Amino acid sequence: MISFKVNSASVSYEGDSDTPLLWVLRDHLQLTGSKYGCGIGQCGACTVHVNGSAQRSCITPVSTVAGQSITTIEGLASADGELHPVQKAWLEIDVPQCGYCQAGQIMATADFLKKYPRPSDQDIDENITNICRCGTYVRIRKAIHRAAELAGSGA
Amino acid sequence: MIMAINKAEIGMERIDKSRRRFLVSGTTIAGSFLIGLPALSLSKDGDGGLLDGARQIGFFIEINTDGSVIIGSNQPEIGQGVHTALPMLVAEELDVEWSKVSVRQMPLGIVKTEDGYAWKYGGQGVGGSTGLTDNWEFMREVGATARQQLIRAAAARLNVPASSCRTEPGYVLCDAPAGKIPYGDLVAEAARLDMPDKSPPLKEMKDYRIVGKAQNAIDVIDIVTGQARFGIDTIEADMRYAVIARSPYLNGSVRSFDDSKARKVAGVLDVFRIDGPALGEPYLILANGVAVVATSTWAAIKGRKALTVEWDAGPNATDNSDDFWKQNEEMLKSEGQIVIDDGEYEQAMSVADKVVSRQYQVPFVSHQPLEPQNCYAHVREDSCHVIAPTQMPSGASRAAAAVTGLPRENIRVDMTRVGGGFGRRLTNDYVAEACMISQATGWPIKLQWTREDDVKNDFYRPAGLHEMRAGLDSTGKVIAWAQRLASASKYYRRPNMTDERLYQAELYTDDFPRRIVHNMRLEYFHNTIGLPRGSWRAPAHTANAFVIQSFLDEIAHETGQDPLQLRLDLLGEERELEYGNHGGPTFNPGRLSRLIKFVADRIDYGTERPDGCGVGIATHFTFGGYAAHAFEVEVSPQGELSIERIVAAIDCGFAVNPQAVEAQLQGGTIDGISTALGLEITVKDGQVQQSNFHDYPLLRIAALPSAFETHILPYDETPTGVGEMGIPSSAPALTNAIYAATGIRIRRLPIGDQLRQAMAS
Repeated sequence: MISFKVNSASVSYEGDSDTPLLWVLRDHLQLTGSKYGCGIGQCGACTVHVNGSAQRSCITPVSTVAGQSITTIEGLASADGELHPVQKAWLEIDVPQCGYCQAGQIMATADFLKKYPRPSDQDIDENITNICRCGTYVRIRKAIHRAAELAGSGA
Repeated sequence: MIMAINKAEIGMERIDKSRRRFLVSGTTIAGSFLIGLPALSLSKDGDGGLLDGARQIGFFIEINTDGSVIIGSNQPEIGQGVHTALPMLVAEELDVEWSKVSVRQMPLGIVKTEDGYAWKYGGQGVGGSTGLTDNWEFMREVGATARQQLIRAAAARLNVPASSCRTEPGYVLCDAPAGKIPYGDLVAEAARLDMPDKSPPLKEMKDYRIVGKAQNAIDVIDIVTGQARFGIDTIEADMRYAVIARSPYLNGSVRSFDDSKARKVAGVLDVFRIDGPALGEPYLILANGVAVVATSTWAAIKGRKALTVEWDAGPNATDNSDDFWKQNEEMLKSEGQIVIDDGEYEQAMSVADKVVSRQYQVPFVSHQPLEPQNCYAHVREDSCHVIAPTQMPSGASRAAAAVTGLPRENIRVDMTRVGGGFGRRLTNDYVAEACMISQATGWPIKLQWTREDDVKNDFYRPAGLHEMRAGLDSTGKVIAWAQRLASASKYYRRPNMTDERLYQAELYTDDFPRRIVHNMRLEYFHNTIGLPRGSWRAPAHTANAFVIQSFLDEIAHETGQDPLQLRLDLLGEERELEYGNHGGPTFNPGRLSRLIKFVADRIDYGTERPDGCGVGIATHFTFGGYAAHAFEVEVSPQGELSIERIVAAIDCGFAVNPQAVEAQLQGGTIDGISTALGLEITVKDGQVQQSNFHDYPLLRIAALPSAFETHILPYDETPTGVGEMGIPSSAPALTNAIYAATGIRIRRLPIGDQLRQAMAS
């Protein structure tokens, strides 16, 4: 049995230890906000935080997160329900089209801004590699800058 | 929540049959005022017990006692913004605050009639950029009618004429005696009033508060918090999970399989054959294969990996892309089917001062919505329940009926939010597969495709080799024009299709320059290959805009003309030309002139650029809407391409939601770039060679410049669709810019490593 935390709650999984974390989240814990896109770590739709760092859960065997703390899109807002600055920026800039990749984009950005609190466009180009098939990249770029502003002002 | 509504409550006797789509009103058990299309009006015997009371009214608006408004959407949301745009129209005329409005997805609604099936809730399905234009009048009429009923209810209560009342958002106001009544207080009385015979007058555009103003999409909060439910998120009681090992060979089949190891995988419940349609028959499903059913998605995937299948490679085992292209070349050496022959083409070419001829190659590409195909199905003896991300729910119903043999009125189709359409989900092969598996096992199942399944099994955009010919007079004016196309038509394997009509999916005969160049010929050659073909966003426009807008540039350069001026000379001033293809009935080339002048101006078209830098332009009319692009690029001596600046402009008549129009224009432009840069599906020995995003590389953010502007140029008071207009002129503007920067003409898509190779030689 593999035990870990998801969005501050203790959970355990008794299935195969090679099961990707993504499918444990989606099928076993019924947390469907993290999406399956490619299964090989290419698109980033499945991005979650493992101990605060963005990780692609489709290529993360559940055995490797034993004892770790996972945050998914469902747990990104603070406990009192206040949205994370990245979520606020995504709402304000109206980023999504189909919306399928956006949980991954948001989780990737939330971690990225910890390392690059005032990112340049080049920083974004070099670090944000998630795929959006609808092509919302213009607004994603804008929303990343807006999120940096919101986070910087303590919003 | 809408509660049960009986026929008396929704006032069936008050239907005015003279209207194209008539409205009814009623109350819910919770006391809300409901107005909408009658779900039962076409059905003699009710709904056969399949649907519960909550679904007995069709497209609806529900005004609650607290003043909030719920609008039901009969159309699925695929990212095009229909769940926002249609309610905006209702809310404008109803006169409520936009913040009070929420949207609920309606299921598919069909009823059996004497000669087939009819829509309960109006036509359902999204494709061809028609969702908004089809509903533009009607949605406003619904809102205006509801507002009028509320005014009448207030007038009756205050005992004043209705004409002395007016509204402000959420309230009916009366001056004498002074009164201000919230809508929520009037719902019970409004619901009891007779419906009017005709719609009240609609607002004038200058009075709009919601429509025409930028509105955020209505359900973004659900997306950014992970609460939005896509098809893949479906979880139903007792549900099992399924995947299919499909034949890797196009039209291949299962010779035998060994499932002994697969059945030992923990969680695997069942393994069995899935048989597709006979060769040449319309596609119900795409491939023969072996289904694996398990207690979780991962167990099913692991079970599939443990299968040993011996495939019969079938009739397309020797298909190769290289051969396909050679066949196209050979075909163009003969005479094909002349589908348009205007004026005196041969004679004009024979007297032409100069003839320019070029060939362009447009590849097969795949849709790849980011949500892979999936479907929930539960087939019972006498009914079937489908939950699917689909662009065409009626097709889902037909697919389920074809598999199960059940009457369609016994098949319930619920629609989820859709993780991208792009035309892929106009076909419902994955619904048929899910029904086959549920029927075989008796279990409710969710079928999941992996990305590899999605890349290798698709209705690909047709590939073709285009030969363009233009005859010019001594002044450089184009006096004769021909497009000769050898392609694998998407109409192949369509029901009731004749060979003579295959070209219709590949050449839209009234496209520019029809009726502008009067000596014109379009010629078609049908080639074939084992790859299934289908509709890919803006279908043939993506190929033809690339070809025509590249060719115009080549004519200009070869004859010493300016590419912008050559286009302006051909397009000319505003005038309506007959246009019989989808998006008609007319095409106004002057609207393209205005757009291309605008984008050229924005990008400083006439300014000299340093070596390795260049600007390109293109414009195209797509399904009723107009767009143009200008790109500025830099290409290094090693052939590294950098897009420096993009200007995109659209004329969609009137922009109902400018924020969504901008999004579609950005997305379409990027789709065009992504596809032109690196996307191609190829076949070797009867198998698709690509498998996932490492070898089918959708564009990432780094390829795009920070300088990316979009402009909406208003035209008149009639909105066109916007979902497909942004894509066709994007790729040729890019490749025209590459030519301006380097002198390298891209005549074969995708661009791939052509620049590096050309620079190296």
